[in-house]
Amino acid sequence: MCSLTDILTKVSRRAVGLGATLIVIVLGASIASPSIATESAKYEKRSWSFYGVLGTYDRASLQRGLQVYTEVCAACHGLKRVAFRNLLDLGFTEEEAKAIAASYDVSDGPNEEGDMYMRPGRLSDYFVSPFPNDNAARASNNGSLPPDLSLITKARTGGPDYLYSLLTGYSDPPEGESLLEGMSYNSAFPGHQIAMPPPLVSDAVIYIDGTNATIPQMSQDITQFLSWAAESKLEERKRLGLKVMIFLIILTGLLYAVKRRVWSGLH
Amino acid sequence: MQHNGFKSSNRIVQWIEYRLPIFSFLDQQVGTQYQAPKNLNYLWNFGSLAGIALIIQIVTGIVLAMHYVPHGDMAFDSVERIMRDVNYGWLIRYIHANGASMFFAAVYIHIFRGLYYGSYKFPRELLWMLGLVIFVLMMATAFMGYVLPWGQMSYWAATVITNLFSAIPWAGQSLTEWLWGGFVVGTPTLTRFYSLHYLIPFVIAGLVILHIWALHVHKSNNPLGVEVKGPKDTIAFHPYYTIKDLFSLGIFLAIFGFWVFYFPNYLGHPDNYIPANPLQTPPHIVPEWYLLPFYAILRAIPSKLGGVIAMGASLAILFLVPWLDTSRIRSGTFRPIFKQFYWLLVADVLVLGYVGSQPPEGIFIHLGRIATAYYFVHFLLILPIVGWLERPKPIPSSISESEAGTTQEASGRSETGT
Ligand code: HEC
Ligand code: HEM
Repeated sequence: MCSLTDILTKVSRRAVGLGATLIVIVLGASIASPSIATESAKYEKRSWSFYGVLGTYDRASLQRGLQVYTEVCAACHGLKRVAFRNLLDLGFTEEEAKAIAASYDVSDGPNEEGDMYMRPGRLSDYFVSPFPNDNAARASNNGSLPPDLSLITKARTGGPDYLYSLLTGYSDPPEGESLLEGMSYNSAFPGHQIAMPPPLVSDAVIYIDGTNATIPQMSQDITQFLSWAAESKLEERKRLGLKVMIFLIILTGLLYAVKRRVWSGLH
Repeated sequence: MQHNGFKSSNRIVQWIEYRLPIFSFLDQQVGTQYQAPKNLNYLWNFGSLAGIALIIQIVTGIVLAMHYVPHGDMAFDSVERIMRDVNYGWLIRYIHANGASMFFAAVYIHIFRGLYYGSYKFPRELLWMLGLVIFVLMMATAFMGYVLPWGQMSYWAATVITNLFSAIPWAGQSLTEWLWGGFVVGTPTLTRFYSLHYLIPFVIAGLVILHIWALHVHKSNNPLGVEVKGPKDTIAFHPYYTIKDLFSLGIFLAIFGFWVFYFPNYLGHPDNYIPANPLQTPPHIVPEWYLLPFYAILRAIPSKLGGVIAMGASLAILFLVPWLDTSRIRSGTFRPIFKQFYWLLVADVLVLGYVGSQPPEGIFIHLGRIATAYYFVHFLLILPIVGWLERPKPIPSSISESEAGTTQEASGRSETGT
């Protein structure tokens, strides 16, 4: 009986040691070779003004980003979850936001005769998508669907970093790699062949604020803008978060003190 | 006025107490009259934390339900409207989404606490089993909740999991179509999941009451695993454990807030911000982190039916733990060999979780099978055999004895039965 117990003790020690070694090996191996699948997206980490405990969006960059969206991306991509009233967040005055809204034709109706009609956009309207439906969008893009960009930074692994890497990731394909008809080579896109032709060229827009419109600059600005479009409550969230966290930490400290006090009354 | 040892000078309290003795009831159950072992460590705080997490889920869930639209064409948009247009909608939704993770984290610690200290042993078997029913219902609730935003992961997780029913011989296909309310996952599936997602938490709340009722019959176990022998071993629940629970609640909420305010989407999957598309399967369909170990067991068996059986068995086996563990010593503290296998089980479940998150290819297939096999070996072989063969350390005769620093060899031996 005794010796059996001893053997058992030894076996259990071994087993635990073996188990621990196995786990270390597995985790090590999986970290060393992160992607078995070559399909995954590649992106480099960057630091954004909206990261961190009190991160905020860069208003000037947001406004430039809006310009890139409306002058370039809007030809193919919708932004249907963003309303013109939301543009007030970007630092525009109400007049400016109304003027941007009015530059869009919005379908409304039916009127008293029962007909639909077009009218200039108002603050309560949403960005108008370039195509009436997905089939129309595919038909104009060689069968590929340009996704709505309202949530794009939350809908991709890597978020803003991925978007930036995607927009700056166009190049000629490496030697020996042939592209399918209508495809472009992109180092960030999963599989590297993307149906979106390089959307940005230097000076694709002439920035109102005079900033030099290089590809990295425009990519930076549109990424700020689309990050805001996807998570417009980020600043409110972080501001409230700081207050709540400070409150909770102080409260917890006080509760700990009270707990110590109450328990010190024992024996 | 005095009733069952309860005193109050407040006239309104007296008036109510005379007609409905709720104040004395609370005082006896969670107040100054409830005696709990005096040596409970912080692992005993996770039951109350789980209870509060349940309340947070119910409250935020009811607010979300005021704005959510359970329809395949509108569900995703309605969630986005909550995020963008409803006052503090983003906060409510992020609390509810991360709250599920916090709830599971608390309950996992709570369960593993029970496994270490033998809290499932006589006379707490039914308490343990009620807890497990709660756990299984939580898994069902969380799964159906994840379907509601109707993103890509929602849709495809629903498809993968409901498809499991088609593995049932003969009736499988018709059963699956009956569950779907159609020939694919669609709006009828969504509406019934919504209905059940709203209902089950209240069933859980009812079971929590039974769970606590059973707890209060034989009282809490404790880190030593020896029964309370007398008043020297206990302290009043209030103020001692109420303040201790409140302190741990502060820490819990701070960790909760860290996720909600700073990394609200970290625990989720980006694909769920893409609206559901029945024509496009995502490259990797993965459940939320808290279901991953069971997902790994499901995929470890090469046949669909086999996988379903294995996953069911991995849960069912937990109900048998009170009888599979043959040792009469409760606490792992006094069980040198059990203790080591306990940590090996913890590691095994972590490995299963990791495997569940990876695509089923290469090394992960083998690893998933080994870890699954070990999970069952632990409960079916190691737990009974170690209980028979292990020589436990001497256990103290009572909680207060142990505090005084004396242990009694003799009583330790006699309880092992060797
Ligand atoms: C000529 C039309 C066109 C323009 C202009 C255009 N895109 Fe695209 N975009 C596409 C198409 C088509 C796809 C689908 C690509 C695919 O699936 O291979 C796409 C895909 C994308 C994707 C998704 C990539 C992924 O991971 O699935 C993003 C992000 C994107 N575009 C951003 C932009 C931004 C930002 C701009 C403006 C700077 C822009 N696009 C301008 C046509 C366009
Ligand atoms: C909604 C989920 C749950 C809630 C709200 C809940 C609540 C509680 C509370 C408040 C206690 C007393 C405090 C404590 O000992 O931590 C308790 C004890 C206990 N619970 Fe749970 N519980 C839940 C789920 C579970 C599950 C899933 C299990 C295990 C399968 C479980 C097993 C136990 C056991 C064995 C005890 C007695 C523990 C002891 O005293 O050692 N509970 N529960």
